[in-house]
Amino acid sequence: MARELLKGNIAMAEAAVRAGVEAYFGYPITPQTELLEWMSARMPELGRTFLQAESEVAAINMVYGAACTGARVMSSSSSPGASLMMEGISYIAGTELPVVLIDVMRGGPGLGNIAPSQGDYNQIVHGGGHGDYHPIVLAPSSVQEAIDLTVLSFDLAEKYRSLVFVIADGNIGQMMEPAELPPMQPLKKKYPDWATRGAEGRERRILSSIYIQPDDEEVVNLRLMENWKTIEANEIRYKEYYLDDAEIVVVGFGTAGRVAYSAVRQARAEGIPVGLFRPISVNPFPFKQLSDLSKSAQTFLVVEMNTGQMLDDVQRAVAERIPVDFYGRLGGVTPFPDEILDEIHRVARQPVALGIDPRIAWVERLKAALN
Amino acid sequence: MVTATPAKLVYTRPDSLSETPTHYCPGCTHGVAHRLIAEVMDEMKIRGQTIGVAPVGCSVFAYNYFDCDFVEAAHGRAPAMATGIKRLLPDRFVFTYQGDGDLASIGMAEIMHAAGRGENITVIFINNAIYGMTAGQMAPTTLPGQKTTTTPNGRDVEQAGFPLHMAEVLAMMDGVGYSVRRSMHDPKNVRQAKKAIRTAFETQKRGLGFSIVELLSTCPTNWGLTPREALQWLEEHMIPVYPVGDYKVSSALEGLRV
Repeated sequence: MARELLKGNIAMAEAAVRAGVEAYFGYPITPQTELLEWMSARMPELGRTFLQAESEVAAINMVYGAACTGARVMSSSSSPGASLMMEGISYIAGTELPVVLIDVMRGGPGLGNIAPSQGDYNQIVHGGGHGDYHPIVLAPSSVQEAIDLTVLSFDLAEKYRSLVFVIADGNIGQMMEPAELPPMQPLKKKYPDWATRGAEGRERRILSSIYIQPDDEEVVNLRLMENWKTIEANEIRYKEYYLDDAEIVVVGFGTAGRVAYSAVRQARAEGIPVGLFRPISVNPFPFKQLSDLSKSAQTFLVVEMNTGQMLDDVQRAVAERIPVDFYGRLGGVTPFPDEILDEIHRVARQPVALGIDPRIAWVERLKAALN
Repeated sequence: MVTATPAKLVYTRPDSLSETPTHYCPGCTHGVAHRLIAEVMDEMKIRGQTIGVAPVGCSVFAYNYFDCDFVEAAHGRAPAMATGIKRLLPDRFVFTYQGDGDLASIGMAEIMHAAGRGENITVIFINNAIYGMTAGQMAPTTLPGQKTTTTPNGRDVEQAGFPLHMAEVLAMMDGVGYSVRRSMHDPKNVRQAKKAIRTAFETQKRGLGFSIVELLSTCPTNWGLTPREALQWLEEHMIPVYPVGDYKVSSALEGLRV
């Protein structure tokens, strides 16, 4: 396949088509609507299922039903829509069904705006639905990566009978850049031995998230936890840049990681020993890798497009071994490389003291910069 | 020499019912409704091609009682879940089994839009004018003046609004092929209910769109009545508010004998 100029939302949609998605259910919401629109033309053309639902609540429950047939199914939305899906997400997790969801995040809370944000990290990674469950969450920083991770999502979902999210922010969804689509995979012909497709010639099957006896539900929770431990052991993904001799380690995912990369390159040109660690699987989170890095580096700088939702996880990995500083832009604002370069300069001079919440000084710096 | 009189088997468990004893209260009509659906599945020989969608409410465990594939929906979302299944498996029979709180309160959006799309599924709607599983709160179908644990002085329509007439409402929608109301209060009505359930599945078989059978049902436990009194109460109080009848029957079903 050749590289073509592709818009992120459309690239993820077509990647899902080529990964063999049999059904798509969704609802319009900016900045992910092109994904839905692409599916509305493409899926019927291939004889597959597309349906515009009456709400995100209905869309996720259509996905829930469709997943019960054992087919590859998906939906996509943006932050407020993802909030509406949380009920169904918990049920899907409780029923142990493979489902792929794409969240093209926008500014919040509330109606917020339609600009790029990373404000859904906690809602998706740490679970916005009720009960104990852990979705796999992958965060692309380019259109190419969005394509690759979308394809990977379907394989991981089936391998672990798990929910897999791709969390892209509005930048990834909306921007166009050269990328290569994968070849078309054939649709699967064999369906799993738990799928409810009619009991002809076999025992009936029941798919449910209800376990009315607490003892039974405890066993299910244990099974989910064991599955998660396997995922944690096998599915950590990240990318490292200039880390071999780095004294300062910038940590950022998605667009924030990509912008930070520009700043890190510039700082390296200036001779500052700085590198970048970009988590790709934000769940499971690369705790061990960051923990190991904190033993050789002198300070971390976490960059996000939120108030430090991933910062909490990085701090857990670092365990106060070294200072963890923070820089974030909020409400749909994407940082420029220069802002992050300034932060690298500042951290090189004087990082935050150990044991101090870096948000305190960051809020003051951001307020001063905005005035 | 003794000759045995050959016994004729006149009544047995339908193959489409599992052997699991139900958890329903004595006198509740859920069990009868389950049996009618199972008899229809047997008669149409569709047990192996049917996927049921259970609701949240008293019939949350309906999946245990049918010997066919079943899934369990979130509260009110059964029509959306059924849509997902039916769109992927259009040659299977898909039905939801929903109570009044599930269908007409929390699941109103999902039922209306499934009907609006003409989703080719069958809905069995149990209307007993009360929330059973949570023990007797007001339902969207609770009668004016009816006492429940959240309308202790009787449903005051000025404050709590009016009962919803789902068979009539859904009959107004273009996507609906069949929308009727039947009652479970005596054998004659039960037989008519079965014919309606059969017709609803025949509607689905013929691809005529959304089909729904609203079944007026009893809840002796939460009504505070004996089973016999509950059947009488249904006949005397519910039928005047919820008339039994055919609200929409697709012309393509004319001449169908069930």
